[in-house]
Amino acid sequence: MTGKEYRTITDVKGPLVFLNKTEPVAFGEIVTLRLSNGEIKNGQVLDTSDDLVIVQVFEGTAKIDREAGVTFMGDVFKLPVSTDLVGRILDGAGRPRDGGPEIVAEEKADIIGAAINPYSRQSPHDFIQTGISAIDCCTTLVRGQKLPIFSASGLPHNDIALQIARQAKLKDSDEEFIVVFCAMGITAEEYNFFRSDLERTGALENAVLFVNLADDPAVERIITPRLALTAAEYLAFEKDYHVLVIYTDMTNYCDALRQIGAAREEVPGRRGYPGYMYTDLAMLYERAGIVKGKKGSITQFPILTMPGDDITHPIPDLSGYITEGQIVISRELHQQGIYPPINVLPSLSRLMGSCIGEKTTRDDHKKVSDQMYAAYAQGRELRGLVAIVGEDALNERDKQLLDFSGVFEDKFLRQSRDEDRTIDETLNLCWELMSSIDTKYLVRLDEELISKYHPENRK
Amino acid sequence: MSNEGVIYRISGPVVTATGMNAAMYDVVRVGHEGLMGEVIELHGDKAVIQVYEDTSGIRPGEPVLNTEETLSVALGPGLLTQIYDGIQRPLATLEEVMGVFITRGVDADAFDMEKVWTFEPKVAKGDTVVSGQVIGHVQETETIVHKIMVPPGKGGVVKSVESGDFNVTQTVCVLEDGTELQMMQKWPVRTPRPFTQKYAPDTPLVTGMRILDFLFPLAKGGAAGIPGPFGSGKTVTQQSLAKYSDAQLVVYIGCGERGNEMTEVLDEFPHLIDPNTGKPLMNRTVMIANTSNMPVAAREASVYTGITIAEYFRDMGYDVALMADSTSRWAEAMREISSRLEEMPGEEGYPAYLSSRIAEFYERAGRVETLNGDDGSVTVIGAVSPPGGDISEPVSQGTLRIVKVFWGLDAGLARQRHFPAINWLNSYSLYPQSLDQWFRDNIAQDFPEIRTQISGLLQVEAELQEIVQLVGSDALPVDQQLTLEVARMIREFFLQQNGFDPVDAYCDIKLQYEMAKAILSFQDAAKSAMADGALLNDVVNVPARSNLMRGRFEQGYIERIEAMVKEMTEQIANAVEAN
Repeated sequence: MTGKEYRTITDVKGPLVFLNKTEPVAFGEIVTLRLSNGEIKNGQVLDTSDDLVIVQVFEGTAKIDREAGVTFMGDVFKLPVSTDLVGRILDGAGRPRDGGPEIVAEEKADIIGAAINPYSRQSPHDFIQTGISAIDCCTTLVRGQKLPIFSASGLPHNDIALQIARQAKLKDSDEEFIVVFCAMGITAEEYNFFRSDLERTGALENAVLFVNLADDPAVERIITPRLALTAAEYLAFEKDYHVLVIYTDMTNYCDALRQIGAAREEVPGRRGYPGYMYTDLAMLYERAGIVKGKKGSITQFPILTMPGDDITHPIPDLSGYITEGQIVISRELHQQGIYPPINVLPSLSRLMGSCIGEKTTRDDHKKVSDQMYAAYAQGRELRGLVAIVGEDALNERDKQLLDFSGVFEDKFLRQSRDEDRTIDETLNLCWELMSSIDTKYLVRLDEELISKYHPENRK
Repeated sequence: MSNEGVIYRISGPVVTATGMNAAMYDVVRVGHEGLMGEVIELHGDKAVIQVYEDTSGIRPGEPVLNTEETLSVALGPGLLTQIYDGIQRPLATLEEVMGVFITRGVDADAFDMEKVWTFEPKVAKGDTVVSGQVIGHVQETETIVHKIMVPPGKGGVVKSVESGDFNVTQTVCVLEDGTELQMMQKWPVRTPRPFTQKYAPDTPLVTGMRILDFLFPLAKGGAAGIPGPFGSGKTVTQQSLAKYSDAQLVVYIGCGERGNEMTEVLDEFPHLIDPNTGKPLMNRTVMIANTSNMPVAAREASVYTGITIAEYFRDMGYDVALMADSTSRWAEAMREISSRLEEMPGEEGYPAYLSSRIAEFYERAGRVETLNGDDGSVTVIGAVSPPGGDISEPVSQGTLRIVKVFWGLDAGLARQRHFPAINWLNSYSLYPQSLDQWFRDNIAQDFPEIRTQISGLLQVEAELQEIVQLVGSDALPVDQQLTLEVARMIREFFLQQNGFDPVDAYCDIKLQYEMAKAILSFQDAAKSAMADGALLNDVVNVPARSNLMRGRFEQGYIERIEAMVKEMTEQIANAVEAN
C-alpha cells in the first residue's frame, strides 16, 4: 500500500494537515510528507474516514503547502529495538543523535504498547535503596513502581533525579539498573547537565537517551516518551534488565497534547487540556511494573514542574491519581538552603508497605517512619502557632516537637549530592534525632523497639 | 439494508459505519479482526460505534457486523471468584490466549461453559413457576449457594425437571409451552433487572470501621459516595469494605485505576478470610478490573457489567455490596467518548447527561422484594476522585445529589496519618433515623444517644480548636482542656483505625459501642475527680488509660474492656488523694 503519493491537502492548521480523497488509511498509520523544497517530514494519522484524513506532523508544519506530497506507509509507528540501544543517544523521533549508525532492529515494536493484563502483573516488593534518607525512610521506592517528582521551576529536581539514578540499588546487591532517559522539551543546558553527569559517572554506557529539546518540534514530544517506554519494555521484558525510566518534563508533554487538541478544535477540559489527558497519561505511567514469568522490571521516575507551584493543577493532579505516590519538592526548603528539599508531608509512596519491614529493610522501619513523620508534621504546625503566641506559650511536649522539626530538616533531610546513606544509617539517624524528644511522647513506637534501638539503650 | 456495513470513519475509540441496519446499543463486530463495539448514536445511514479495544491499524472500508444483541453479561454458576475486564472477559483466560499484554480481537466466555455443576431441583413436575422463581440450587463455593432462577419474562407449568450434574448450557427444566431453561441466563447490562418493589432500608451494612458504623452508618441497600483527593485513602477504604463488610457477596469494580493496585487486591484476596464466615473472601467475590490504560469504552461499560452481576445475586435473596473505584474515571470515559462524538458539552466538558447517568447508576442500589418474594439488597459504594480534591466539580456534585451517605476523605488528615482519613465534621449519613431501631434492638438501647454525645464532643472540639489556634491550649479553663483531651481520645483511640493491623482492622459493632462508652466513662470520672481537686495532668496520665487505649490491638479486647475501664476510673478517683 506504500508508494502512492497524494497531493490532496486541503487545510493545514497548527501541527495538523487535512487531506481528502485518499485510499483507505488506517487509524494511527505513519505518514511521510515530501515538501516542494525536497524536505521530508513524518506524521501519524489521527482521524480517518472515506472523505477526510487528519495527520499530525511531528516536525511541525512549517513550509507545508497544498502541493506537498503525502504517502501513507501502511503501518503504525514502530521502533526498531535491540540491545544495541544501550549506550545510544537518539532524538525525539528515535533517530540517532550521537552520530552513530542506525539501530539494527532485532524486532520492531509498536510504540503505543499494549496494556499489561492486571492478572499477569506481579506485585512490586523489592526495596530500592536510593541513599537519600527522606525517600528511603518516608517514601520508600519499590522496584516496578512509578513515583513522580512533583517539582516547580527553579528547583533542583534534576539533581535529585540524577542522584537517584546514580545511587539506586537493591539492598545488599550490586545489580545495576539500565537507565532510559527521556527528555521532552527541556533546554539544551539541562540536557547537557544530564548527559555530562551520566558520562562522568560512566552511567551512559548503561543508558539509552531519547532527546527532544525545547527547540525541537513540540508535537514530536507526544511520541518521545512512547519510544522510551517501548525501548524500556523491550529491555525489561525481552532481555531481563531492570530498567529505570526517567522522563522530564511531563509538563511539556501535556502542553504538546493540549496544542494538538486545540488544533483539532476539541472540546477542552480543565485549563484547556484535553478531556482524555487522564487516559493518555495512564497509557504512559501504567507501562511500569513487573510481570509474571519475566525477570526484568520497569521503574518510572517522571519529573513534572507544577505551574505556579500548584499541586491541584491538572498535570500533577491527574498524574497523582495514576502514579503510586509522589515526591514533592518544596521551594521553602530550597530557599532555606536544604538539599534535597523534599517535603515529606505531601509526599507519599503507595507501595511502601509492601517493601519495608524485618525481611527487607528493618523491623523498626514502619514505626520509625510514622513517628518521624508525625513528629515533624506536629512540629511544623507549631511553627504557625509560635508566630502568633511566641515560644514561651508552648508546653514542654510542644517545645520538643518544635525543636525536632528544625533538626529534622537540618540533619535528616539535608545531605550532600553524593552522600549515599544505607537504610541502616538512615534509620539509626532517625533514632538519634528522635532521642531529643521525651520517650513518652513517641507514642507511635512500642517498648520493644525503644529498648532495642533507642540510643539511650544502646550505649 | 443488512446487518453488515462498512467502516466510514475512525477517530480513536469511536468508529462510524454506514450501510448497516442498526439499533441503539446493538453490539457490533468491527473490522477484519472483529473488535467488539456498541452502537451509541445513529445519524441517518451512519451508525456511531464505541469500540472496546484499540483501533489503531483499522481502515475505512473494513466490514462491520451487527450481532443485533445488546451488550449483555452471562449470569450463572462460575461467576464467583472470577476476575473480569470491563466487558466480562476473564483476565485469566485472556492471559492464556494473549500472554501478559492485552492485545485485541479475542473473545472469551465469561466462565467455563463445560464445567459440570450439581443441580438440585427445588420444583417438581406440574408446579407453576413464575419469573424469578428459584427452580434449583447449585453449591457454587463453600459459602454461597447459587440459586437458579427462571429468567425474567418467562414462566409456566413445569413439564420436566432434571437433577444431577450439568454444565451451564444444558437444559435442566422444560416448561409446558416448550421453554427450555438452562443454568445460565443473559441480561443486557444497561437495563436494571426487574423486582417487585423497593423497601426502605432498615439494617446497617456493618463494615467493622468505627467511624463508618458508629457515626455515619450505611444501610444495606443504600448508596454512599467517598470523594477524596489522591493519597487520602479511597482505595484502602474501599478495599477494607470489600474485605470486612457483612454483605454476603461483594462485587468490586476497579474502574480506570492503577494496575499494581489491582494486582495487590488480586494477590491478597485469595488469602484473606471472611470474618463473618471464616472462609476465604474470594468465595464471595466477583472482581472487575479495567485499569486506566485499558480501553476507555470498556471502562465505561465496566460499572454496568458490575451492577448487573450484583443485581443478579440480589435476585437470589442475597445482600450484595458493590464497590466502584473510581466513578470519576467512569465519568471521564463518558466525557472522552462524548467529545469524540462532538456533542455539546456541559460543565467542565462532561456531557450534559452526566448527572442523569450517575443518578441512574446509584438508583440501581436498593433493598427489594425480588420477583420470587425474597428479600435482597444491593449496596453501592462509589469512590469519587475530584480534581484537586475540590468537590464542587460535576461528578462529586452529581453523586452527592443522589447518595444518602457521604464519607468525605480529607488530605489534611491523611497527612497527619490519621486513618481512615474521613473528616468527621463534613461527612454525613441520612440513615440513622431508619437504622436506630436496629441499633437499639441489637446493640444497646442507648446506642443513638451515645453516638450523639460522641459527635457532639467532636463539634465542641472543633470550636475550641479555633480558640487554641489563637491563644494556645494553656489559656483555656481546665474543663475545656479536659474536653480537648476527651476529643483527642475520640480521635486517636476511636476514629483512628489501623486497616493493616490484624486485630484493629475489623472492630465488632458491640465493641465499638463499648469503646465509645469507655471514652464517656473517662470523661465522667475525670470531671468528678477534678471537681474534687485532682489535676488534669494526673487524671490524663493514669497508666490504666493508656493500657485501655493500647488494648484495642490485642485479641480478646471485648472481654477485657469492662475491667480495664473499671481500673481506669479507680485510678482517676485515686488521683484526688494523690493531690
